[in-house]
Amino acid sequence: METTEFKFTEEELKEVEKYISKYPDKKAAVIPVLWMAQRKFRHIPKPMMEYIANLLDQSYSHIYGVVTFYTMFSQKPRGKYHLQVCTNVSCMLREGDKIYQMISNKLDIKNNEVTSDGVFSLEEAECMGACSGAPMMAINEDFHENLDITKIDQLIDSLK
Amino acid sequence: MMEKNPKLLLPEIKDLHKIEVFEQNGGYQQARKAMKMEKSEIIDIVKKSNLRGRGGACFPTGLKWSFMPDGIDKPNYLAVNGDEAEPGSFKDRRIFEFNPHLLLEGILIAGKAMNLKAAYIYIRGEYYLWNKLMQAAVDEAYEFGYFGEKMKEKFGTDFQMDVYVHSGAGAYICGEETSLMNSLEGGRGYPRYKPPFPAQVGLWGMPTTVNNVETIATIPKIFEIGPEAYSSLGAQGHPGTLLYGVSGHVNKPGVYELETGITLRSLIYVVCGGIPGGKNIKAVIPGGSSMPVLSADEIDVAMDEESLKKIGTHIGTGGVMVMDEDTDLLKVTLRIAHFYHHESCGQCTPCREGCGWLEKTLKRIYNGDGTSKDLDLLVSVCNNIEGNTICALGDAAAWAVRGFVNKFRSDFEKRVKAKRIFQAPNIAHAKRATADTLIYES
Repeated sequence: METTEFKFTEEELKEVEKYISKYPDKKAAVIPVLWMAQRKFRHIPKPMMEYIANLLDQSYSHIYGVVTFYTMFSQKPRGKYHLQVCTNVSCMLREGDKIYQMISNKLDIKNNEVTSDGVFSLEEAECMGACSGAPMMAINEDFHENLDITKIDQLIDSLK
Repeated sequence: MMEKNPKLLLPEIKDLHKIEVFEQNGGYQQARKAMKMEKSEIIDIVKKSNLRGRGGACFPTGLKWSFMPDGIDKPNYLAVNGDEAEPGSFKDRRIFEFNPHLLLEGILIAGKAMNLKAAYIYIRGEYYLWNKLMQAAVDEAYEFGYFGEKMKEKFGTDFQMDVYVHSGAGAYICGEETSLMNSLEGGRGYPRYKPPFPAQVGLWGMPTTVNNVETIATIPKIFEIGPEAYSSLGAQGHPGTLLYGVSGHVNKPGVYELETGITLRSLIYVVCGGIPGGKNIKAVIPGGSSMPVLSADEIDVAMDEESLKKIGTHIGTGGVMVMDEDTDLLKVTLRIAHFYHHESCGQCTPCREGCGWLEKTLKRIYNGDGTSKDLDLLVSVCNNIEGNTICALGDAAAWAVRGFVNKFRSDFEKRVKAKRIFQAPNIAHAKRATADTLIYES
């Protein structure tokens, strides 16, 4: 297995500079920069946190605190397709919880787990603001609304 | 006289998200007008319109703006709250998607009124697409000279401000204004103690105002139709149009822009086409999951803050969740309790521990191991969370759970074990909460 080097490229560093210039204080760029890391590596491991802490003149403990506070940042690698299934009230009323169960059974993973091939990861998500299209799930950043069991079956099979 | 239910925020105009189309339809004209006005004039117009915040607390916007200090040598900031994490609420997303420039125009007017240095639009992390759409609109507006250095040329004034889009990362609590500020500053989203209020010590210690997306987007429309005309729309104490987001068991769920004061019954049956399968209603949450629930015989209430307050609930974010007669309310309450337990930031003990106990107790009842004493325990835990925390998340959890337990007590009684039914229920606790809405069948 090749080892990944947890740092940003020259180009990405320019983007970091752009984020820093948006705020009067460097610290405010923490969340946008963590987003860059999360999108690039699909998780934010300790070396990356240390790297970002250095980059933004923050302590490692601060970065660690932020990563653990926000649910969209992950310390463990997520799957290539991160499935977030909403099971909150509006979706639950339209059987979102059954869809979550069905996906969990189909992929044989539980909440916040990754399939052994690293393709899918599953998360039981809170309301994502798509209640009119309930039940819904997000695959990485894309929202899929008005789901039913057959639609999901096809959707997941098409990604495999 | 204005037409009934005007589409102020979401008019049916194709491609309105493009700046050219927006300009053709009178866009940015109100900002031009505002640039020539005095600060106090603008705030007076907003005050006269009687606009109340759309984020849930219904605080008068004009009054909020007037708290910003005048004539001090510090940069002022505006944070536009687009966190929209309240379950059942999905209205701001439509503004980002269909009318982003209206929001930017509102930011310009707010900027002039409060002498802002910059405005930050905080959009929740899950809204990746809408984040990009809003960023595209901001880029366009900069290109056309409505923000930044080109403003002086465009408007012919000395005033200059910037606007930025900031993405959250999936924390419900960041919709709370002080928590949002901590999150914007790059920290954990812990709410701050008030006072000092944001208007004195806000973002980076500077005077700050936090407004909801819908509130700011309404401002240009108030200038366009005039504050008197706006205040005559809808219900008197809470005027204007509101974006109602209806979800759950209705035939046509969606976001509808209607005047305040429409009855909940006509919203569900006329606008949203009734309940699937012609079933009856069991319960309706009127404004996002934090707000106390209404039973089926209460749906003739008018949908505005003053009318809803009278029957013990609130308009919240206007996220209406409808539940039909076959809904398992215990399961709904358990899910809501789970949500607040998950989203509690952990700063205050009553909320961190209390929400956990609410979930555990409800789970026990759901699994069939509860006793009638557990129902009183739930109400007691709610009473001990409410008012004892820094922010309103604890209150919201308490309102939601206590609303369900008190209003649908008979439903819950059926699910608990009968062997301890003779235990005297602690009515004193239940009464302290909402005595007039208490339904208790012995």
